[in-house]
Amino acid sequence: MTTMSMIKALNEGLRRVLEEQPKSLVMGEDVGRLGGVFRVTDGLQKDFGADRIIDTPLAESGIIGTAIGLAMRGYRPICEIQFDGFVYPAFDQLVSQLAKIPNRSAGRIRLPVVVRIPYGGGIGAIEHHSESPEAYFAHTAGLKVVTCSNPADAYWMIQQAAAGDDPVIFFEPKRRYHAKGEVDTDEAGIELYRARTVREGRTATLIAYGPTVDVAVNAAEAAAEEGLDLEVVDLRSLSPIDWEPLFASVRKTGRAVVVHEAPGNVGIGAEVAARLTEECFYSLEAPVLRVTGYDVPYPASRLEDDYLPNLDRVLDAVDRSLEH
Amino acid sequence: MGDTQRPAKKTAKSRPKPASTNEPQFVQLLSPEGTRVKHPDYHLDLTDDEYRGLYRDLVITRELDAQGTALQRQGQLGLWPSLLGQEAAQVGSGRALKPQDTVFPAYRELGVQWCRGIDLISAFALFRGTDLGGRDTVGDRFNMYAIVIASQTLHAAGYAMGVAMDGAVGGEDGEAVIVYHGDGATSEGDFNEALIWAGVFNSPLVFFCQNNQYAISETNARQFRLPPYRRAEGFGVPGIFVDGNDVLATFAVTRDALDRARRGEGPSLIEAYTYRMQPHTTSDDATRYRDEAELDFWRAKDPIVRYRKWLAAEGLADEAYFAAVDTEAGEQVRALRARVMALTDPEVSEMFDNVYAEMPQSIAAQRAEAVEFQASLDDAAEGSDLR
Repeated sequence: MTTMSMIKALNEGLRRVLEEQPKSLVMGEDVGRLGGVFRVTDGLQKDFGADRIIDTPLAESGIIGTAIGLAMRGYRPICEIQFDGFVYPAFDQLVSQLAKIPNRSAGRIRLPVVVRIPYGGGIGAIEHHSESPEAYFAHTAGLKVVTCSNPADAYWMIQQAAAGDDPVIFFEPKRRYHAKGEVDTDEAGIELYRARTVREGRTATLIAYGPTVDVAVNAAEAAAEEGLDLEVVDLRSLSPIDWEPLFASVRKTGRAVVVHEAPGNVGIGAEVAARLTEECFYSLEAPVLRVTGYDVPYPASRLEDDYLPNLDRVLDAVDRSLEH
Repeated sequence: MGDTQRPAKKTAKSRPKPASTNEPQFVQLLSPEGTRVKHPDYHLDLTDDEYRGLYRDLVITRELDAQGTALQRQGQLGLWPSLLGQEAAQVGSGRALKPQDTVFPAYRELGVQWCRGIDLISAFALFRGTDLGGRDTVGDRFNMYAIVIASQTLHAAGYAMGVAMDGAVGGEDGEAVIVYHGDGATSEGDFNEALIWAGVFNSPLVFFCQNNQYAISETNARQFRLPPYRRAEGFGVPGIFVDGNDVLATFAVTRDALDRARRGEGPSLIEAYTYRMQPHTTSDDATRYRDEAELDFWRAKDPIVRYRKWLAAEGLADEAYFAAVDTEAGEQVRALRARVMALTDPEVSEMFDNVYAEMPQSIAAQRAEAVEFQASLDDAAEGSDLR
């Protein structure tokens, strides 16, 4: 076990990918000489060369479009989109090309491209630097969408994403970038597309991912002081969602609250609520509730604490669930 | 619209002189009257068979394309984007490719596909709706058709980067990549990003712009103030302007650009000035935006008529040869038509099978559900008088 930050864990994970897979590349804006604006790729260009750690022109559609062409040539690009709000210029290349070319080709072309996107709020940033666009990509067949919530997952999930032959959108919760955690660098322990039960409980199930896992765990700990025994599940994979652990948990607790930063309207939480209702209807003691960002553009940073799901909003939702 | 028949003035290669009037100053080796025009930079050394072969390609391409339009009219295809009028641009550039080169087409490149010797049925299956255009694109070195305008220019730029990273450029055996697009594509961000990429990474990529004068209904005037071949210079990329209805000229300039790319001398942009004689697709009504006089103007520049005249005048081919090509084209059309009519609908399960390399359980479950539901409908129909 080694203790490291999520940034260090991602850096070490990428390093292992680059060592073990000679066709892998890292490409994006400022990823080379600078080591990325968050330093996730720090030192990689020095060790693996400018041909493999590629500083690209400042054009997101170009990053994804050329990564597709490189993948067609047999390379395995790991792209960085610098911030969540900068991914939209690449939307066509992600949604109509990266996601659909393998299917269009009747399976003859596989595009092993990983797209890393730092996402989420809570860092006091200006507009376009705090968004949670995961639902757009989870809605798109052909893409897989995952997000890590801690350094150990960051270390292993980036390697697992790079090892597969499907395109993966890899969301990194930037407000957890500097939080440290223990990483077992010998064994992953869990497959990429699996959810993980972070905390066992019997009163209600909190379902979270990325930055809100920490919020949910803190809420569960606070609730424990009041005698409530909350279970917390980290989805980890948003497409596909690993449903069985969710069904099992909700059949046990009878109550579920989904927590994410993205707006609730047509979000991941809506899908989770619908599926839980379909599959666990007779186990549910209350409607599945959601604690999410509001259905407004991400606010000015002085308001973000009011926008983001926090401990109080989560506990309030648990109370409402228990009142049913 | 200006007269495009004048021979190109002597200009430095890759740096055509800006037109001082509306008259395009392009590379031309064969006038619309079928007269061979000398050019200081571009020379041809084809064998007699190769010269004749270009004629065969032009005619067969035109006939197979016409069959696409006919099949659509007969309800056998959902849509057909005709290349009529653009045969010389496609055959000249297509025949300039070496076997090791890779093509990224748009969606109208039947003639290039023919020249590459790739089974054309894929284009017809795509527009019939029996599949999405998948083929062995790696083995063929000819990518799938791209429907989203200019999206393929970035794929080509990335692929060409990979070619250079593989060390496959350099010398006459190097690999080159060519990407086809139209005049409308030059307004897309992806096209401009692809030029930046190809330029800064010095990639072995040739942009082949078929300027057929229309992006559906919009003319060049709505796409650019400066023609694409001149815009290329702004990207640090040589721009070449060529008579797109002259198969000898498109062959010569494309071969030259591909050779520079394969030698490691970087990307180029060729603007082939041509004309789309048919509507954008069979769904379009071109009478709403252009008139007969304009069509007549371009009919006089027909790429096949001029080439046939020249072959005959040079004694490279005679009436018997032309008749034999017509016969062969008819046979090709009949064979293809029979195969198109025989294309069957895919199974319901096929829409699920290739979405992912590793199929998620949720998709597998939907696949099973859809297959079972379809089977239950078939069973019900079997037991019904309504069948």
